[in-house]
Amino acid sequence: MLDSSTPALQLRGLVKHFARPAVDGLDLTVRSGEFYALLGPNGAGKTTTLRIVAGLLRPDAGEVSVLGIDALADPIAAKREIAWVSDEPMIYDKLTPFEFLEFVSGLWSIPAEVGEARARELIGWLGLEPHAHERCQSFSKGMRQKVALAGALVHEPRLLILDEPLTGLDAGSARQVKELLAERVRGGVSVILTTHILEVAERLAERIGVLDKGRLIAEGTLEELRAQAGRAGSSLEDVFLELVARENAAA
Amino acid sequence: MSQPATLAWFGRHELRLFWRDWISMMTGGKRGREPILAGVAVVFAVLIHALAYFLVVPYARAGIVPDKATLVVLTGGGLLACSLMLSQAMESVTRAFYARSDLDLILSSPASARRVFAVRMIAIALATTLLTTVLAGPFINVLAFTDGPRWLAGYGVLLAMGALSTAFAIALTIAMFRGLGPKRTRFISQVVSAVVGAGFVIGAQGAAILSTGKFSRLEIFRSEDVIAGAPGLASPLWWPARAAMGEVVTLAALLGLGLGLLAVVIAGLSANFGDHVVAASGEVYERKRERRRERFRPASVKRVLRRKEWALLRRDPWLMSQTLMQILYLAPPALLLWRNFGDDLSGFLIVVPIIVMASGQLAGGLAWLAVSGEDAPDLVASAPVPERAVLAAKIEAVIGAVAVVIAPLVLALAFAAPRIAAVAALGVAVSAASGTMIQIWFRAQAKRSTFHRRQTSSRIATVAEALSSILWAGTAALLAAGSWFAAAMAPIVLLILAGTWAIRPRRAPGT
Repeated sequence: MLDSSTPALQLRGLVKHFARPAVDGLDLTVRSGEFYALLGPNGAGKTTTLRIVAGLLRPDAGEVSVLGIDALADPIAAKREIAWVSDEPMIYDKLTPFEFLEFVSGLWSIPAEVGEARARELIGWLGLEPHAHERCQSFSKGMRQKVALAGALVHEPRLLILDEPLTGLDAGSARQVKELLAERVRGGVSVILTTHILEVAERLAERIGVLDKGRLIAEGTLEELRAQAGRAGSSLEDVFLELVARENAAA
Repeated sequence: MSQPATLAWFGRHELRLFWRDWISMMTGGKRGREPILAGVAVVFAVLIHALAYFLVVPYARAGIVPDKATLVVLTGGGLLACSLMLSQAMESVTRAFYARSDLDLILSSPASARRVFAVRMIAIALATTLLTTVLAGPFINVLAFTDGPRWLAGYGVLLAMGALSTAFAIALTIAMFRGLGPKRTRFISQVVSAVVGAGFVIGAQGAAILSTGKFSRLEIFRSEDVIAGAPGLASPLWWPARAAMGEVVTLAALLGLGLGLLAVVIAGLSANFGDHVVAASGEVYERKRERRRERFRPASVKRVLRRKEWALLRRDPWLMSQTLMQILYLAPPALLLWRNFGDDLSGFLIVVPIIVMASGQLAGGLAWLAVSGEDAPDLVASAPVPERAVLAAKIEAVIGAVAVVIAPLVLALAFAAPRIAAVAALGVAVSAASGTMIQIWFRAQAKRSTFHRRQTSSRIATVAEALSSILWAGTAALLAAGSWFAAAMAPIVLLILAGTWAIRPRRAPGT
């Protein structure tokens, strides 16, 4: 049994090279039940980091611990606790949302009756009821993203990894998703999210990490980041741009 | 330099896109392979000319005259080429409707959409002609070399037939579009193009089986009954054959008819082509409700994966039509099986290699869809299921689908010739397994919609898949015939498979 002091995610000395270093000795900790926003300019290494955590990439070096499980030594056990949502919804055009959620429940070996109850709840929550038995091929980007999110939540993960989850969502849908995420965090789920919509990070995240060139250049609450940037009272956008500019100037 | 947005300007743009697309397709997108491609093209040209030489020279030496027997053979060959051209043109026209690519940009620009589509229709006609010219050209060259330059008129006939096929394909597709709507047109047009492409070959083969009991489709064109029953020498049916033999006036008439009809179709239909493209984009993704199911069905992970693969395949008529070609070729052996039922067992031997080869090709195609064409690879990879279990489930789904298609034929064979059926079943199993494994070794993520170009991701996989299914077919045929050569051939196929496995792309950990 895990106690609440066990981090939801712990990365130590994480390294991943492609043509150039994408992640460069990254240390990062996300606490249990925390909403953590990972920010960074394009190519900073955010998606690579999250793909490593989700078990979609193996790092060249470093350690990945998910809820106390060594994710590199036992990826299957770690994957049971994780859900991954990317900006491109991972769904099947020819399946209906109901069938998609049945498929995902099956992949995570959730008993049929449990999966079904959760699926109905999520479909209702996300306003997908009228379309539950329609093929996803006709869905808008926002609806597809909602189906993907329902798929991520149907197996009740304890660590939710979201890579730009609000891309393509209209204001109403984005609010629905934000409320759903906040509710999950209140229920003890840890969320790690990347976004370019800094207002979302500012409003939802308890702590924010700023990544640049594969390294964490700043981390803390919004107030702590403001202090680090020397921009008291500024918006997260100003703070973020200042921190990245300072890092680039130093490089 | 041509003025922007003119017919010539769009023509240059299309030509550049076509050339880069073709080079990319032939080189698998790898830079620096152009010299190898040129070398392969030269070798191919030499080989196909050599083949044409050996096939044509015996007739050319005897002297080719425009008698009825010659006209029947030439017309038969022309009909075969025409069915291939029509199939290719229909496929291209349908794709022009439904593949958006740059059409949003072009249609939203102030340039004349009519010019764009006119150029695209001309490009389809040229590409259609070119494809058949690659196959027919060597025969024309050899005939011109051995029997005189009059045969070069064959190129003119190919151009006329290409124009005629494209005009017909455009008119037919647009008529279907107007009559049946965009959604049905996509499916029906794909099926019709597959059936037309294979139809003439299979029809000729079927007629040969029914009339002579033999498998060769050439038999029908040489049969005395067909020659005797063919119309007189003055019939317009022989015009294309006469034109190919160098009759200048007939050639001019054919070219006038083909190019004129294409010009009329382009002038009449290119103005509204854009409207159809816009309509296609709106209706392809129309809402489609599935039968309402109230409960989740309990199932193992493997079963869940198998069920998903089968549902995706069943619900995609376009992909079904793409695999239909391979199943269509099973029709002649089925016919032979039916005709010879209860007769001499040797007639069944010919069925074995065809079933075995078709199953290898079918399995390869389905394996590509299941493995490389996975729509949500990250979702499956992030699930707590070992990769081996996912692959095993996908293999089971592929083998299950192949079994559904092939089993009825093998069962029918079992009633007439149990030993031959057992050999066929064994051949089907190893051929399907080989095709599937090759696709797994060479898997590379791709969109399912690019199925018709799956060979571009790996030439080696394509060649290996073809070789293994052909050689397993040969091995099964030898085994069915009781020949010991089968024991020598099987290790050769296994060696090829081992070699293919050895040169498979290594997947770096974490990719």
